[in-house]
Amino acid sequence: MVQDNFLGNYSSCVAARSTNRAILAGSQDGGIVTQLFAFALEEGIIDGAIVAGPGDEPWRPRPMVATSVAELYAARGTKYNISPNVSFIKEATRSYGLDRVGIVGTPCQMQAVRKGQLYPVGLRDVPDKIALAIGIFCMENFPYQSIVQLVEDHANTKLENVTKLDIGKGKFWVYTERGAVVQLPLKITHKYEQPGCHVCLDYVANLADISTGSVGTPDGWSTVFVRSKKGTDIWSKAMAAGCFETKPIEEVKPGIELVTKLATEKITKNRKTIEERSSFGVGKGLRNPYI
Amino acid sequence: MSDKITAGHVHMSGCTGCEVAIADNYAGLLTLLDKYVDWVYDLTLADVRHIPEMDVALVEGSVCINDKISVEEIRQTREKSKIVVALGSCACYGNITRFCRGGQQNQPQHEAFLPIGDIIDVDVYLPGCGPSPQLIKNVCVAAYLLLKGSDDQKALAEAYLKPLMMLSKRGTEACFCDLMYDVIDQGLCIGCGACAAACPVRAITHEYGKPQGQRDLCIKCGACYNQCPRSWFSFDVVNQYESIMETIDAAMAP
Ligand SMILES: Cc1cc2nc3c(=O)[nH]c(=O)nc-3n(C[C@H](O)[C@H](O)[C@H](O)COP(=O)(O)OP(=O)(O)OC[C@H]3O[C@@H](n4cnc5c(N)ncnc54)[C@H](O)[C@@H]3O)c2cc1C
Ligand code: SF4
Ligand code: SF4
Ligand code: SF4
Repeated sequence: MVQDNFLGNYSSCVAARSTNRAILAGSQDGGIVTQLFAFALEEGIIDGAIVAGPGDEPWRPRPMVATSVAELYAARGTKYNISPNVSFIKEATRSYGLDRVGIVGTPCQMQAVRKGQLYPVGLRDVPDKIALAIGIFCMENFPYQSIVQLVEDHANTKLENVTKLDIGKGKFWVYTERGAVVQLPLKITHKYEQPGCHVCLDYVANLADISTGSVGTPDGWSTVFVRSKKGTDIWSKAMAAGCFETKPIEEVKPGIELVTKLATEKITKNRKTIEERSSFGVGKGLRNPYI
Repeated sequence: MSDKITAGHVHMSGCTGCEVAIADNYAGLLTLLDKYVDWVYDLTLADVRHIPEMDVALVEGSVCINDKISVEEIRQTREKSKIVVALGSCACYGNITRFCRGGQQNQPQHEAFLPIGDIIDVDVYLPGCGPSPQLIKNVCVAAYLLLKGSDDQKALAEAYLKPLMMLSKRGTEACFCDLMYDVIDQGLCIGCGACAAACPVRAITHEYGKPQGQRDLCIKCGACYNQCPRSWFSFDVVNQYESIMETIDAAMAP
């Protein structure tokens, strides 16, 4: 078990991608999330998974309890705005009747899940039913209206024509149906970020069973941290079933060094923000949630 | 036997849902009683009329200040218990009993109810309407380890209980508004959805990712605030979630 101040505890870290072409076709990166859930669903490790499904407007996610592979496929890809996936965590065990729940979420959503398991104030019978919590790396999130403004105003593109949004290599990328690619420098996107993200102290979902993101590996691949006992068990079963092609993280560029660098930058910057909040006013500060 | 702690259930003005939540640990309750706890007082289950000395008193319900016996019993509970736990949202925050206006049979004059923390000092809050059987289990095991465990176990139990102890000092009011005052208005909300999941009356929805409360539906239970990862969050504890859950599971193995 590696214990790292910024990257959390993990039993292994690899570069990986799904061996299923159909999954990769609509996934954000290496299709890790969709592949893992599809495998877990087929093996009966989970009865369903809470994912960010399609919503009422283009690129506006709505949390969805996926109980079939088709539903998992419909939720592939990153929506860079808020999907309150945790809001379904109790409902999944009630109306949907799941005994083994999968959930994907940002690092803060993993924090909510683990706090909920340790302190289930309003989560009766939920703690023992979390079967697979997959975390996705996250530098920041956006309100939906920010995405509208970035894509429609700054990138001059209609949201309904967008086929993929991505943040990588220091840019915000907008891909369209007709093959156009618009890139915005991140200095434009920063001011549109969700403010709550600026006190966030986790980049790579340290509390997930398995966490994954694009940073560290080449296009079409993903960096994967296998963390908990549950995660380790499920990952090794999925590997044995041939779900993933992997490479040692040491053999890919840019590798784990970039992950460490970004995690350190994010957390250091946000610690400073928390510090600044404490003297925000005149003799008065803003709340620090961390005790 | 001597290694067990003594505990009891003190029934103030609550619906017995909290007591049922204790029982909803099923076999776990038997393990608790078998290994860790002597259940010395409980109007529903034990034939003891007067509040005895005990290590831990789990108090369900708010205090009807128009009822002399209730007031006397909550005072005695404080005097005779080492640790007073406010069990459930009525004891912590008043919850649904805040809305009482009296007039009910057969004591129509009983109309004013206060959370126990407005009458006595409380050591630990265990909120929820009803409190979840799992939180009750976790707190019971932690309380046992705190009083009887090894040094390591004591430290772990203390860290685990700390936020719930802090809650008992924070106050006796709860509402959806707490999320506005302490989380949303403070620029801390990240739209995770935990508040909506926790609300027992589905008063919270997410509009464009952010929680909206239908405040007319809110029963003032405090579940949303306490479930929120941005109300209070202890990395010391939550980073150890796996080992804490394993410790509790091991303790609860029959
Ligand atoms: C807001 C945000 C910021 C991110 N920032 C980074 C970053 O800085 N660095 C990095 O390496 N990776 C980041 N990612 C993760 C990355 O974009 C991919 O989501 C991740 O690599 C998984 O890709 P995949 O191909 O394995 O998953 P896929 O198979 O494409 O599945 C993705 C899963 O995530 C779910 N999902 C999509 N959007 C959301 C959302 N908003 N909230 C919760 N769940 C969602 C989908 O429903 C789907 O189940 C971020 C993701 C999000 C949502
Ligand atoms: S940056 Fe942090 S708080 Fe913001 S969405 Fe990502 S994980 Fe959540
Ligand atoms: S639980 Fe807290 S952080 Fe999460 S959506 Fe509700 S108010 Fe926001
Ligand atoms: S909004 Fe719901 S969870 Fe929050 S205090 Fe009111 S009733 Fe309780």
